[in-house]
Amino acid sequence: MTTENTISINGNGFSFKPGDTILDVARKHDIDIPTLCHLKGATPTGACRMCVVEVEGARTLLASCATPAAANMVVETESPKVVETRKMLLQLLLASGNHNCAISGSAGSDWTAFQLKVHKDDGSDELCPVWGDCHLQELAYRYQVSGEAFDSTEVSYPMETVNPFIVRDFSRCILCGRCVQACNDVQVNNAINFGYRGAPTKIVAAEDKPLKDSDCVFCGECVQACPVGALVEKDARYAVRPWETTKVRTTCTYCGVGCQVHLHIQGGKVVKVTGVEDLSPNFGSLCVKGRFGFDFIHSPERLKAPLIKKNGQFREATWDEALDLVADKLGSIKDAHGADSIGVLTSARVTNEENYIANKFTRAVLKTNNIDHCARL
Amino acid sequence: MTNTIGCIEKADVILVTGSNTTENHPVLSSYVKRAVKFRGTKVIVVDPRRIKMSRFADIYLRQNLGSDVAWLNGMMNVIIAEGLHDQNFVESRTEGFEELKKTVEKYTPEYVEEISGIPAEKLVEAARLYANAKAASILYCMGITQHSHGTDNVKSLANLAMLCGHMGIEGGGVNPLRGQNNVQGACDMGGLPNVYPAYQPVTDPAIAKKFEDAWGVTGLSTNLGLKVTDMIPKAHDGELKALYIIGENPLVSDPDLNHAEKSIKNLDFLVVQDIFMTETAELADVVLPAKCFAEKDGTFSNTERRVQRVRTAVEPPGDVWDDWKITCEIGTRMGLPMAYADSEAVFEELRTVTPSYAGITYDRIDQVGIPWPCLNVEHPGTPILHRDQFTRGKGLFHAIDYTPPKEQADDEFPLYLTTGRLLYQYHTGSMTMKTAGLNDRAPECIVEISPADAATYELEDGEKVEVASRRGNINATVQISTTAVTGTVFIPFHFAEAAANKLTNAALDPVSGIPEYKVCAVKLSKAA
Ligand code: SF4
Ligand code: SF4
Repeated sequence: MTTENTISINGNGFSFKPGDTILDVARKHDIDIPTLCHLKGATPTGACRMCVVEVEGARTLLASCATPAAANMVVETESPKVVETRKMLLQLLLASGNHNCAISGSAGSDWTAFQLKVHKDDGSDELCPVWGDCHLQELAYRYQVSGEAFDSTEVSYPMETVNPFIVRDFSRCILCGRCVQACNDVQVNNAINFGYRGAPTKIVAAEDKPLKDSDCVFCGECVQACPVGALVEKDARYAVRPWETTKVRTTCTYCGVGCQVHLHIQGGKVVKVTGVEDLSPNFGSLCVKGRFGFDFIHSPERLKAPLIKKNGQFREATWDEALDLVADKLGSIKDAHGADSIGVLTSARVTNEENYIANKFTRAVLKTNNIDHCARL
Repeated sequence: MTNTIGCIEKADVILVTGSNTTENHPVLSSYVKRAVKFRGTKVIVVDPRRIKMSRFADIYLRQNLGSDVAWLNGMMNVIIAEGLHDQNFVESRTEGFEELKKTVEKYTPEYVEEISGIPAEKLVEAARLYANAKAASILYCMGITQHSHGTDNVKSLANLAMLCGHMGIEGGGVNPLRGQNNVQGACDMGGLPNVYPAYQPVTDPAIAKKFEDAWGVTGLSTNLGLKVTDMIPKAHDGELKALYIIGENPLVSDPDLNHAEKSIKNLDFLVVQDIFMTETAELADVVLPAKCFAEKDGTFSNTERRVQRVRTAVEPPGDVWDDWKITCEIGTRMGLPMAYADSEAVFEELRTVTPSYAGITYDRIDQVGIPWPCLNVEHPGTPILHRDQFTRGKGLFHAIDYTPPKEQADDEFPLYLTTGRLLYQYHTGSMTMKTAGLNDRAPECIVEISPADAATYELEDGEKVEVASRRGNINATVQISTTAVTGTVFIPFHFAEAAANKLTNAALDPVSGIPEYKVCAVKLSKAA
């Protein structure tokens, strides 16, 4: 290892590539520098300052996400000064809105009044909708701080609930800007941005319109990027708690992009869908259909048993009865009119295995090549 | 796609045509938009509607419906005339250049302007931009294929890409965007009347023999089968007696629906296997309930040929089965034992007869899918096709002349209609319409019309209008939009109660059998 491209982090030497930031090098070696605003794939903004580190010779703490690693740099990621700064940043954030999970602190006398006020704002008597699944909460535990160190600041903007998919709770927004980057730099839908620069800042769509009247296409990239409870899927809000769910990875069933999704299962039902991060083809992104269009799975209108039509009416049948009938009918039509009097439409909706079987059935059982699918239609 | 989705971000120029990418392939569209924003990639959009992607384009060209061969020949005319083609590539990798050159000779930008309405100087600009790029990618979708001459359109795109050597390289290629999750796989697996899995022709006796051996049967047919668009008329004429439909809803998606419905009703026996009681299932003699994607194991192949896993996440709602199992049970009852332990067992069999899938196993694609061809278990898969040679060896130029669409606007039907999809609905809506939020965003059938046309026909935004063609009529809600170009209206085909395909023309492409969904003539009148 030459010293030209070596950096020391917490006393250990690491090599780096030109262009790597301190954060990049640290993450590569499992050194956990906390971040709130950092969004993979987007240009670092340094907005949250949570990733500050102490660099020997520098007058101030530096944001590790925006500082390039340099030769012979000596970095401390958890020095007393660093920890003190992070604590204060977290305390300010916790005092800034309806952060009514345990980390807001419960020793103070006005705890009950605060909870009641938040319950009223939320229209719910539960704790924060992302309690247990919140990056801010995690860091507050890690640095053992609560929201009581500062006077709580007023909530400046009311919640937006008028669209069918996303609840925007500005009281819990920490203005990290991850959603702005998700929308502008990842999906490039250019629907939201920082508005009212200067205090009090708000993330706005168009000229502070509701999302449904803006360029928003409800891809939900911003929801997946939000580290706190400011952006939550409307149907999952309060209903879905991470410790009650399991995740299954699969492929989206809509268009041919084949986005990789996690289906979140609670009580045997799909209750939420998120994109699988870090992997092709979608690297966490989804569209409105892939993310929100899953209700059909548990629709009461799903077919539940085989049906046979008698005198124009369907009646339920057993599998044996239905399958025997189909085999019988197809067999006798084939005998009477020849194999080519039967056609099969297989489907661009079902799996490769199922298409293969449909192809084998048509050719090897019916003995015809009359098979096609409607996807080109 | 000849290239991967990730490859799009490596192109210097992207030509998007006949694809409303931001609505129909939203996540893929973000690759294009990011390329523009962060790499300065230039985009050329050629589309009859001023779609959102045109906002990201350097050049937006509006062609008359169905004039694609003309403007593509026009671009090639300019490129050859100015010597911008890749002579090396043309010489070493292709054949048929002289014929192509002769055919495109008369497609001067001025002549093309007459046919396509694209200003000559704009076409020249686009041709230069595309030809001069280091790597240029073409993205297209149904706007190219759903024409009576769709196959010609596709071949013309391939001509253009080969002419400029934008094939077999990173950031290049001719890339069809598949509209449904497993169109690619349905084709790969032999869900076509002319080929077995991996596109092995049914007419080749040696291939038939191979499958007879693999499946332990005799007497496989070496005759071409019927395309779906042939099956419907044959059902109408009484030649086709029975149909077994798996997971499709042709009664909303077929062209000229009134005719399709009559045809299907004329069958002696109809079996429909689906997850919902669709419009088509209503007509069935037997309905077989199937699992949906969240309840089954298997694989889908995406538009970049990447074979990816589908995994069981929840229990099915009742006594419903995997599609493969239902089909196998029918097959077994008809005399060919078809028994598999699970979907992986089916996959293990299919990869022995599908050379392009031979090297793919469930284990290998557990984390990341593999794009075929993947010839053996050491093979890494093939992200970019035609790197060193084309499937047939040399790439063949097809000299193609422009022919107009089958139906023209006239005094009685003065407007053109083109059809497509909306962001918030999917196909015939049997799935998306179960999500209240999606219906809230796209509740009913609209007819998108330009402000000028709205003024001509004295129509207000939100008002009901009757749209009629020579084949039928529907009611839709007027949506005045600058996306529409005057003279052409757009209707999404999702809505069964106002099925756009009651209007569309069933004129077929002679090769692919795809109907001309993208062009027909209509008239508007205030709804009664
Ligand atoms: S849902 Fe998508 S388009 Fe809408 S604001 Fe969020 S990221 Fe932007
Ligand atoms: S999430 Fe959207 S873009 Fe991705 S596969 Fe599904 S439908 Fe296509």
